[in-house]
Amino acid sequence: MASPGDIREKLRKKRRALQGSLVKNKNESDTQALVPSTKLRKERGQTMMEELTADEEDLGETLKQRFRAQRQRRKKMLLEQSLAQESNESNVDEISTTERHSRRQRSPEKPADPVVLSRPPSGSQRGLSPLLLSPSSSYSERPQLSPSHSLTEGHQHMPSSVRSEHLMRQRMKEKLRAARFKAESLLQQEPSLEPASRLQSLRHRDRDTLTRFDREVDPDRAERDDVPLARVKFQDVAKRVKQDSRMAGKELPTAEEAYNFFTFNFDPEPQDETDKVKKRRQKQTETAREDRDEEGHSDVEEQEDTEVDKDNEDDHEDRSEETPLVRDEEEDLFIIEQSSQDFIDVRRADYIGYQKRIQRDSELLFTPSLRTVPTSCKLPENMQPRYLEEEGLYVGERPPVSATNENILENRILKQEEGKKWFGDDGRIMALPDPIKESSTRPPLFHMEEDLDPALQTVYRKALTSKYASLYIAGGGDPEGDYQLDVDVSGLIFSHHPLFSREHVLGARLAQLYDQYLTRQHNNLTGHLTDKLNGLRNALRNMLEIHGGQALTQVMQQRISEYSLEVRNTRQLRDSEQEKDRTLLKNIIKVWKELKALRDFQRFTNTPYKLYLRREEVERAADEREYESEILAEVVELEAESEENYQKKLSEYKKQLEEWKAGRRKQKAKKKKKKKKKSQSQDETDDDDDQDASEPDVAEEAPKPEPPEKPDFEAIEEQVREKASRIRRKPGESILIPDMSASGSITANELCPRAELARREDVARHSLFIKVLYNDKEVSRTDSRSLNSDFRVHFGQIFNLKIVNCPESIKLQVFEEVGSSCSLLAEVFVPVPEPSVVTGNVPTEEYEFSSNQRVMFDHEGVGSDVPFSFEADGSNKQTLLTSGKLSCCVSWGIGEDEVPLAPPMSQHTGGIHSGLRQLDAVTCIGASGLSDMKKIGEWARESRVDPNDPKNASIMQLLKVASSGEVIAPEYFRLEQLQEEFNFVTDEELDRSKRFRLLRLRNQEVAEFRNYKMVPALEREVTDKVFQEYEKRLKEGEIIDTKEHLDSHRALVAKYLQKVRESVINRFLVAKHHYHLSDMVIEEEVPSIGGAGPGILGLNLFKLAEPKRPLKPQRKERKKVTAQNLSDGDIKLLINIIRAYDIPVRRPHTSKPLATKPARAFVETFGAGQAFQGAIHGTDWLLGQVQVRPFVEVSFQRTVLQTTTADGPNACWNEELQLPFSAPNGDYSTASLQSVKDVVFINIFDEVVYETGVDDKDRGKSIHTRVEKRWLGSVKIPFSTIYSQAKIDGTFMVDTPPVLLGYTKERNFGTECVYDTVRSLNEGAFITLFITVEPQLVPGETIREKIKEVKFDSQEDERLLQVSERFEREAALQYPNRPCLTTVIDISGKTVFITRYIRPLNPPQELLDAFPNSPQETMELVARYVSLIPSLPDSVSFSGVCDLWSTCDQFLTLLAGDEEEHAVLLCNYFLSMGKKAWLIIGTAIPEGPTAYVLTFEQSHYLIWNPTNGQFYGQSDTFCPLQAVGCLVTADNVWFNIQRYSAPMRISFDVTKANFWKPFFSRSFAHPGLSSVQPEELVYRHIDKAAAAELQDRIEKILKEKIMEWRPRHPTRWNRYCTSTLRNFLPKLELSVGRDVADEHRLELQALLGDYRIAGFPLHLPFSEIRPIIEAVYSTGVHNVEASNVEFALAVYVHPYPNNVLSVWVYLASLIRTT
Amino acid sequence: MATNSPSVFLLMVNGQIEGAHFPEYDDLYCKYCFVYGHDWAPTSGLEEGISQITSKGRQSSHKLIWNFPLEITFKSTNPSGWPQIVVSVYGPDTFGNDVVRGYGATHIPFTPGQHTRTIPMFVPESTSRLQKFTSWLLGRRPEYTDPKVVAQGEGRDVTRVCSQGFVTLSFNIVTKDMRKLGYETMPSEPGNTLQVKCPPNSFRVLRVG
Repeated sequence: MASPGDIREKLRKKRRALQGSLVKNKNESDTQALVPSTKLRKERGQTMMEELTADEEDLGETLKQRFRAQRQRRKKMLLEQSLAQESNESNVDEISTTERHSRRQRSPEKPADPVVLSRPPSGSQRGLSPLLLSPSSSYSERPQLSPSHSLTEGHQHMPSSVRSEHLMRQRMKEKLRAARFKAESLLQQEPSLEPASRLQSLRHRDRDTLTRFDREVDPDRAERDDVPLARVKFQDVAKRVKQDSRMAGKELPTAEEAYNFFTFNFDPEPQDETDKVKKRRQKQTETAREDRDEEGHSDVEEQEDTEVDKDNEDDHEDRSEETPLVRDEEEDLFIIEQSSQDFIDVRRADYIGYQKRIQRDSELLFTPSLRTVPTSCKLPENMQPRYLEEEGLYVGERPPVSATNENILENRILKQEEGKKWFGDDGRIMALPDPIKESSTRPPLFHMEEDLDPALQTVYRKALTSKYASLYIAGGGDPEGDYQLDVDVSGLIFSHHPLFSREHVLGARLAQLYDQYLTRQHNNLTGHLTDKLNGLRNALRNMLEIHGGQALTQVMQQRISEYSLEVRNTRQLRDSEQEKDRTLLKNIIKVWKELKALRDFQRFTNTPYKLYLRREEVERAADEREYESEILAEVVELEAESEENYQKKLSEYKKQLEEWKAGRRKQKAKKKKKKKKKSQSQDETDDDDDQDASEPDVAEEAPKPEPPEKPDFEAIEEQVREKASRIRRKPGESILIPDMSASGSITANELCPRAELARREDVARHSLFIKVLYNDKEVSRTDSRSLNSDFRVHFGQIFNLKIVNCPESIKLQVFEEVGSSCSLLAEVFVPVPEPSVVTGNVPTEEYEFSSNQRVMFDHEGVGSDVPFSFEADGSNKQTLLTSGKLSCCVSWGIGEDEVPLAPPMSQHTGGIHSGLRQLDAVTCIGASGLSDMKKIGEWARESRVDPNDPKNASIMQLLKVASSGEVIAPEYFRLEQLQEEFNFVTDEELDRSKRFRLLRLRNQEVAEFRNYKMVPALEREVTDKVFQEYEKRLKEGEIIDTKEHLDSHRALVAKYLQKVRESVINRFLVAKHHYHLSDMVIEEEVPSIGGAGPGILGLNLFKLAEPKRPLKPQRKERKKVTAQNLSDGDIKLLINIIRAYDIPVRRPHTSKPLATKPARAFVETFGAGQAFQGAIHGTDWLLGQVQVRPFVEVSFQRTVLQTTTADGPNACWNEELQLPFSAPNGDYSTASLQSVKDVVFINIFDEVVYETGVDDKDRGKSIHTRVEKRWLGSVKIPFSTIYSQAKIDGTFMVDTPPVLLGYTKERNFGTECVYDTVRSLNEGAFITLFITVEPQLVPGETIREKIKEVKFDSQEDERLLQVSERFEREAALQYPNRPCLTTVIDISGKTVFITRYIRPLNPPQELLDAFPNSPQETMELVARYVSLIPSLPDSVSFSGVCDLWSTCDQFLTLLAGDEEEHAVLLCNYFLSMGKKAWLIIGTAIPEGPTAYVLTFEQSHYLIWNPTNGQFYGQSDTFCPLQAVGCLVTADNVWFNIQRYSAPMRISFDVTKANFWKPFFSRSFAHPGLSSVQPEELVYRHIDKAAAAELQDRIEKILKEKIMEWRPRHPTRWNRYCTSTLRNFLPKLELSVGRDVADEHRLELQALLGDYRIAGFPLHLPFSEIRPIIEAVYSTGVHNVEASNVEFALAVYVHPYPNNVLSVWVYLASLIRTT
Repeated sequence: MATNSPSVFLLMVNGQIEGAHFPEYDDLYCKYCFVYGHDWAPTSGLEEGISQITSKGRQSSHKLIWNFPLEITFKSTNPSGWPQIVVSVYGPDTFGNDVVRGYGATHIPFTPGQHTRTIPMFVPESTSRLQKFTSWLLGRRPEYTDPKVVAQGEGRDVTRVCSQGFVTLSFNIVTKDMRKLGYETMPSEPGNTLQVKCPPNSFRVLRVG
């Protein structure tokens, strides 16, 4: 099949061939026909290809005939006109076209190429322009078209081409060129194919011109082609429509426009026209080139065709007259231009064979192999691998890397040159030991609240708020709250710049001085002051003149003196100003002179400054006069002043002189007194005094005041004149007015010396820009402006800043840019404007800046911070720093409606109100060092904040804190910055308050307070009492009451258990508050179809039809109540006592004990004689003596109820007892209910009636009897079991003592021999009970499930956990009643797979040694040992929240555990003894879900109850195990998928796949789980001394208790009996309570013949003393109230290894019968 | 107890469950109960009650009117656990089974005065379509284990509910000694005490259940 590439190739060849002729004949007009024909052919091929993709056939068929005829006709017509040459050419074409065509047809599978997608727009325009063509017309016409004409068809639809014009313009540039030839040839073929549109007539007009080319279409081909084409067309129309609608945005032309378009000349659009024409010409010549991409572009070409065609019509009309040659020339040009590309040889890509390529790749690429590298390759030659670990050196564990990866790496490394250095001596890649530790080494943080290491204590730190982060202007985010700050940076003038030349320095100085001068001139201070002075003088003069010589009043004098003072001051001021003016002027002149000198010296001019001194001539005479008068006035004033001064001084002098004289006189007087003794006359002294007055030198002590000098008026005048000449213009001297201009010319660069040139170049390199920083953040920057030679930079930019944050600082940074580097020159701080300062009314201000950067140059620039001199000798150095003035202005913007966009001022101060914004408020005020308390303090001092203003309260508070120094200003991060504000009291207060404590404890759900009601409203009403219990408990947590535990080890265990419990409870606090849908919503069960449950839809439907009162009622599922809204009294315990079997019967009263004794002994000892014995007694019974009158007493939570008394050993009561239940602390939550430790005691008593004898008084009439109850046995059921089981229904074995004195087992009677065999296996009585709670409480299982959701961390494999989860889920789904357990939680709260618990473990050696040759007995002993470990249900110890499995060593250490632990231990023991043993996970009564042990003995299975050591055969009806869920061994778990679950109905053969579903199967193999159990159990040895001690203590305590329980009666102890009993107990232990009863009784009887004995030994595992007391109490032995009763109590504690103790309490009451 | 130093404050609630607006259901009755915290105790009045069954009036605005009075007084020491009234509405479905039509709860208003509350009601949704169908068929729609759960937030996340209608309650609240114990409730917005008066003849009690 021909690929498009091939076709293209062919085309190319052809094109090349044609091109030759084309070049030759380029001027010939008919060349047009050549190339387009190829184009056309290809086009045609294209359409054929399309038609193949289409499948619609019928459309064209009908029209085909007509079309063909039409064309034939036209063809004839055209042929006449055609030129011979052209016909030749086209004939050639024709051939090639057909050829091509056929080739195309041969490739029908060719996928639709892009052309299909981009079909010619002509079609689409047809579809799009309903104005022109009705759809019908367009449909009808299209089928008429032959494929080759389909292109031309478009041409005839002129209006569409109008639209296509727009498209064309877009695309034309590349594509248009080919169209022309093609179009023309097409036109030749089909000049006037015209549908029935109104345009037809138009077309006809043109037909003649068009027809000359029409000749080439072969009817056959047309026939062949046209049918499919029609289809294609229709398909394409849609596409084109889409495309066009996309491309052509312009409106459709109306019919009228279309008409105009084709009829008019296109003068209105000459450009377009020529353009098109031009392009067309290009195309004519370049179609060949187009061929390369023709397929993709044929659409466009078609489109163009329409256009071109239309143009052709015009062209043909006017070509002859107009300028065809020019166009041709254009063509030529284009050909030449572009033909070069045409000559590029395009070849197809080289194909390289696959093999070759692989070969080539292999040279370049390297794929490391996966294979292991031989060690020899990795080691240096002739080296043996050396294994360090074999040499005993420590080599760490390498990090795990898969072997493949390691191999790849090794191979890769070896490929490298120095690869071998990566290998160690052992030939492996060097690796550091695995750095990852197995477990976390960081110690876990347990107690969250207390006792943290002080170093780890979290310290509260206050947060530091960011300076500006929170300073948002309120409402800043709102659209109305936008504030705008306008920063206008207008320009910059340097007063000094490093690049200043010396001249610049002087120039700047001159400019500065001149500025000063101008300023002064502007202010004209001198003038003002002179005027003022004159005014004052005039006023003074007037005053004096008016009042003339008259006496001046006091007021006048005062005023005159004031005036003269004023005059003096003003004069002085004026003088100084004048002096300044003068100096300034002099300086200006001096600088100017220097400047001039410098210019002369350096012979070039750098600055444009020019100073003109305008001379203002004055009239000399007037000037002099004025000058003189001024001097005169001054002199006069000065004289007056000095005169006045003199007068003042003189008067002062006189006064002083007077004083001096007075002092002198006093002294004289003193002297005189002295002289009296020397007898001197007083007169002399007086004379002396007078002399002294005239002669100052006489003064001795005090200096005599000097008389003031007369003012020297001459001197004054001199001074005035001298001063005047200094500061004032000389009279007659012309006034000099400096006038500086910058109009001077600067010497051109060429004329400057090299250094100056360098400087100027340097200046040119410098440019400056300014950054605007708002709140220290750059917000914008000006453009960079180059530095001018006058060192002025004009920016003139205004930045409008929309601000959100409060304005803190606005800073402008001046940057100087030299080349690419820029440096910060200076910073200018601009004050934040007042809100009233708005844009438009603010003048720009100049801010001075300077920089102390040191800059030196080697050219003329003077540099900065560099001393330089103007003098030739380098003296008089000066140092100048870069400085300048920045003129800018900052103001608030003005909004559209003339509203200033300034934040309200209140914003800044108003924030102070809130304590939260203290800091913010301060910042708003504007202090810049905000976080610094000192600065705030300073600021507050400076700004004199009114401390009494409430607005400032927070600041004052802050300052107070800061100044007092107590609180250091916070410098830390604070997370909950609002916490302090929301703390309504301090933590200390919170702790101190009892009420808050109570509330908090309640909230924490501390047991004592969980349901505390009515916490008092006031602190004082909370009594300390409420906490007593709680505190006591807390304390007890620390101290263990050893007395209560009797055993220090157990005390420790108890403490440990307590701790575990607490941690577990904490762990599950979350789970408790985790609700399930079932907790919230009661909903019908999901109707699971096919499931075993009751939820089958059909069943439910049947229920509707159920009779309301069925004949055989079934127990209905009761509504479950979630235990959350219950209160006391709501819950009742219903105990239905149905019947009992095999209750021991009374032994006939031994009125003749001694006589019967031997017989009995015989009978009792040899069991074979039982029947005989029974028979004997049977006669007694038959004689009417009551065997036993049992009743049942149920005690629960101190409520005791009893049934009526029934008769006989197989009593039937069928009574329901209701016991109220109250939860601890009134908390009926599930967790609380589960932790209820109360036990339901069901005791069976025998009611014995004794006649106490006949009353003496009314003998024979009334008989006094005493009713006694004798304990026969008991059943204990913990409430937690009832709660979790919801109901307990079954027959329970009554826990009877091994020996019941006075009672015997009723076994026997000939008729019952059948039963005998059955029952002989199980001694003991049974009782059938039904216990439930009313209303039914939702059992704790929900919580158990929840715990599964609370994911425990586990070390198990994730996959294993998933599989086990699925296994359990499936099991639960299929058999919801069968417990399935695969994972359990160990004591540390981790999930562990169950099989890890099973491992053979050695039992204590003592037990194994006890019966060396009886494995059966050993097993029993081991079971007994296990059962002696006290049982403590997890649900009690762990609030029922979970089932924790401890390992055997933990279990033996704790010496407490529930059934699972017992079972695991027992199973492990059996395994170590070589038995086949399984762990049974099942349900039993009364425990509920529990664990038993299964062993396989020879041919039968035995089920062991681990908690009491009993074992049952598989078919034992009294086996408490009710259902078997799973069997567990160390290797696997099997789930029971048999039909039944009761042990007697199932097969225990786990190999049967249809009975047992294994967990580990072929699909999921056992991953080799290691055991969590220790390898070996280590036992502590028997401690007999401790046991003996414990025995004594228990006995003592029990005796005390019994006496305590009998407060009204004396309690006598029969010591003799006690000692007998004590001796007897060890035997009981040894025989495990069997086969000794009668022997023992006889023994007793022998000893205590006169007593009626009732008593029994109790056997208990030892855990605490309390259960023992409870057990003794529940037997009611102490209730015997006969006056002559005596008691006997013996205790025996038998120690087993590892501190397992078996406690026996023998209790008996004796009543003397004689 | 001396009046100047009370140790409890009292909250007296008088009011009524005026009626409900359940556009689709008829013959409904309602139950109410109060849920309150540990520190609250009712001193008088009924904590729970069941109303009569009411039917829609034909001419009136399809409102179900109960006008079922509430009267209860609480004493408390602590505003935490402020009482809430829980209203649950029941009525027969198409098959005549009694099903729940809505649960709702609202706090007793805090401020003294007259208040009207309209509680939106909702019922728990079935967990699956099938269950929805069977529950509809069998007339055993999902219900809350205890209506009081609607007054507490815990565990609600596991349920899905569907809104049903509205129940309007009016309360007249009197408090005593709140202020003395430091609890200010008074500066209340006037909007809270909407005075809605129910014209006395606009309700019809058809049946007393």
